[in-house]
Amino acid sequence: MKSETMVHNANQIALFWLSYPHDEAVAGVLSHLRRYWEPRMRVQICDYVAQGGGGLHTLALEAVRQLS
Amino acid sequence: MALIREIDYGTPASAARQQVSLEIDGKTVTVPAGTSVMRAAVEAGVQIPKLCATDSVKAFGSCRLCLVEIEGRRGTPASCTTLVEPGMKVRTSSPKLHKLRRGVMELYISDHPLDCLTCAANGNCELQDMAGVVGLREVRYGFEGANHFDNKSKDTSNPYFQFEPAKCILCSRCVRACEEVQGTFALTIEGRGFASKVAAAGGSDFLSSDCVSCGACVQACPTATLIEKSVVELGQGEHSVVTTCAYCGVGCSFKAEMQGNQVVRMLPYKDGKANHGHSCVKGRFAWGYATHQDRITKPMIRAKITDPWREVTWEEAIRHAASEFKRIQGRYGKDSIGGITSSRCTNEETYLVQKMIRAAFGNNNTDTCARVCHSPTGYGLANTFGTSAGTQDFDSVDAADVIMVIGANPTDAHPVFASHMKARLRQGARLIVIDPRRISLVKSPHVAAEYHLALRPGTNVAIINAMAHTIVTEGLTQEEFVKERCELAEFDRWRKFIIEERNSPEAMEPFTGVPAADVRAAARLYAKGPNSAIYYGLGVTEHSQGSTMVIGMANLAMLTGNLGRRGVGVNPLRGQNNVQGSCDMGSFPHEFPGYRHVSDPAVRKSFEDTWGVPLQAEPGLRISNMIDAAIDGTFKGLYIQGEDILQSDPNTQHMTAGLQAMECVVVQDLFLNETASYAHVFLPGSSFLEKNGTFTNAERRISMVRKALPPMGGFEDWEITVMLSNAMGYPMHYNHPSEIMDEIARLTPTFAGVTYEKIDKLGSVQWPCNDTAPDGTPIMHIDKFVRGKGRFMLTEFVPTDEKITRRFPLILTTGRILTQYNVGAQTGRTDNNVWHTEDLLEIHPQDAEDRGIKDGDRVLLTSRAGETSLKAKISERMQPGVVYTTFHHQFSGANVVTTEFSDWATSCPEYKVTAVEVTPARQISAWQQQYLETRKQTTQIEAASERSR
Repeated sequence: MKSETMVHNANQIALFWLSYPHDEAVAGVLSHLRRYWEPRMRVQICDYVAQGGGGLHTLALEAVRQLS
Repeated sequence: MALIREIDYGTPASAARQQVSLEIDGKTVTVPAGTSVMRAAVEAGVQIPKLCATDSVKAFGSCRLCLVEIEGRRGTPASCTTLVEPGMKVRTSSPKLHKLRRGVMELYISDHPLDCLTCAANGNCELQDMAGVVGLREVRYGFEGANHFDNKSKDTSNPYFQFEPAKCILCSRCVRACEEVQGTFALTIEGRGFASKVAAAGGSDFLSSDCVSCGACVQACPTATLIEKSVVELGQGEHSVVTTCAYCGVGCSFKAEMQGNQVVRMLPYKDGKANHGHSCVKGRFAWGYATHQDRITKPMIRAKITDPWREVTWEEAIRHAASEFKRIQGRYGKDSIGGITSSRCTNEETYLVQKMIRAAFGNNNTDTCARVCHSPTGYGLANTFGTSAGTQDFDSVDAADVIMVIGANPTDAHPVFASHMKARLRQGARLIVIDPRRISLVKSPHVAAEYHLALRPGTNVAIINAMAHTIVTEGLTQEEFVKERCELAEFDRWRKFIIEERNSPEAMEPFTGVPAADVRAAARLYAKGPNSAIYYGLGVTEHSQGSTMVIGMANLAMLTGNLGRRGVGVNPLRGQNNVQGSCDMGSFPHEFPGYRHVSDPAVRKSFEDTWGVPLQAEPGLRISNMIDAAIDGTFKGLYIQGEDILQSDPNTQHMTAGLQAMECVVVQDLFLNETASYAHVFLPGSSFLEKNGTFTNAERRISMVRKALPPMGGFEDWEITVMLSNAMGYPMHYNHPSEIMDEIARLTPTFAGVTYEKIDKLGSVQWPCNDTAPDGTPIMHIDKFVRGKGRFMLTEFVPTDEKITRRFPLILTTGRILTQYNVGAQTGRTDNNVWHTEDLLEIHPQDAEDRGIKDGDRVLLTSRAGETSLKAKISERMQPGVVYTTFHHQFSGANVVTTEFSDWATSCPEYKVTAVEVTPARQISAWQQQYLETRKQTTQIEAASERSR
């Protein structure tokens, strides 16, 4: 998956959970990635975050950090 | 099986609870109050002669053939218009009645051609039958006087049926069926007295008229006046096979009337609980594709997509496909292959494919075309109510006081249910339509929306939030329902969110373009119902916030207590016949049948124990992920059953690149579809007429698909999957699809009580069907939600990232049209093309004028994804700034223009919002030129002579 597509998708998930209290929102994003993203996609986003995670919403960043 | 002729009770059933007993010809019969004497007689086993009466329409009382004598009453009243009364004593036969009836028949026959032996209705003509019943032996009036025998006015313009006025007896059954059953009001009786004749309004003949070719008039006609051309050509059928339509999610029951292995006609089955004997132009008439010359009936393989196809034996094709998949897995890993099914496949077929992928392929890379239509329904309803399904049966609409249609166009996409809905609207139910376009339902004969909220595409969530804001802030919440049935902490949080001023209709108006006052008024109407029902379609789901919108609708229904009884609910109108079923069957990569996540150890163990292999606990790839992974080089093999992802999925160029990057694409289909241009193995599939199985419609109704013809390719689709699985090294043992359903029932709690025997006995059954509900569940969430308490979720409006710009100043939204279906593989190979030969671009007059575009001009449609060309249709149905097209024809390339943006939760493509520009064009687009060249090159089949060299 192109990085920009992956970032866009992850940010969309973050924007849904953004209305929730912070910890619940991070947990919501994290759960979504675990339940619906195939492992190689999760590896890709973890690698992306490891390299800085530019463009990712802060909620998505936090969730991905917990994912890895 | 013999030819099935359902009982015609003459008049519709009464819904009254009070029972009335009376005596008919000495037999006592008890029927509901409001029943006609005619119907009561049929209940008592007595057939009263009739011509103008049929039980699909109200009594008319014009033919005077159904006269009876009633003790204590003067004269001979018509039994169709006379209602039963307690203690009534009715006589249906007497010398006086006999004489009267014979006299009436004499008059009818004096103006009817006596060509019975050569008439197409011979053997199935009610006029002929009644002449026999009344013992007509002579016509004293002769045949010399003025008559209507001239058949020069025969109208053969409709491709499927003809109208021969010479045979018309002016019973008005056709006119009344068009009004009462279909709700189109296209037919009328023109002229007076002897000059009276049936006429189709709005045109010079049936084809050019307002007629929508639903077939209700043909079915109602008691003579050969309106008759199917297939019957004229072939004669009457000799046996019937009751089966389920292969088109939309209404799932109509049909009788295939057969002569041997030849279909003579498809007649809607009166006992069908989804359609109650009604049909649309697709199911009723557009079945000729099943034997179209384009059918591929021999397996084929090729090494490269530029090679011509080579016909091979089934054994070689299956061996080759399995060998390629195993080679790919050996080289690129277990997760490098996967499979996709279509919602045109049966439950048993989709179940088997996901089983093969999980058990034989050893991964969870299974997906289905519901990904690109209703996957947000699954997410939204599962998270709020606890399961991924519509809450009601179709008949529930009969009790609705307010009907809110959101992002759906039922008259085109779900025509039979639309007729049902319109009947309720004519009874007085009030209508709200939320749609960017002025769909037919907004204003049609005797139906008008009280509010049409013509929002800007992409702002559904803004509208639903604004409605919820209105309801809460104006004190219209059904507090009792919320308190008893919902999670209060979640509700309180949601309530605080929704009453914020930013969610008010006034604050949302700049986004939606809908006057706040209209939103408030519509919200009040919905909230006050008292029974308000939401019906929605892909205009809800195919957005970047598709899942959020489904949640928003669920919130609204809970807020107003519109759940758990007749007349209410949240009802997805599913696009294809088995969208519900394919989702139920575990076709998504993250869940097993019955919507249970693959990570659940107990669930996984139950499948492992039955299937005998370890299963993966991680979700697999969705369709779009498979294509991305193919381009990345980690996904190399794909098995596709019945789906044409290249035409139906968005961003065609991206899809093409993905398919081209794969080493083995196996397509199992009726035709060399667009995806097959990039395939290496083609396995001939079987049409719905050629196999056994079940479909599950939008109301969770599981209905039988019964084989009427032998499969043209030699095998039913489930048998092909079994062969492939066996060749992959995972043996499957089934003798009949009923054994597959037995396995589904053993492994899926909501299907635990489903068997073919039960479906045969009940006609159909709605899941959940188990010990708690052995005969199924028409309405869900009656006392509690599947998840226990209903869950309100926050639905922040997030505008789509697909923005209009100077370069792309218009929004394109895509959809469907009545006469065509999905990618056109079926309807495109029928005479339905006379109504819709190509996809058109609908554009508002102002937008057209600004661009110098006239009606019928070819225009270039450009987005950031690509460009194609279409002819323009200037239409005030569109709002300024929004254009619309369909995706039924391959060459149109509507999805060349759509983008990769999708729903945040489910990856359902955002088909409904693409920023585009439209400009005049002199020629077809570059993509279309390339398409013509590529298509020709990739669909060649090696001639037999070359094979023998």
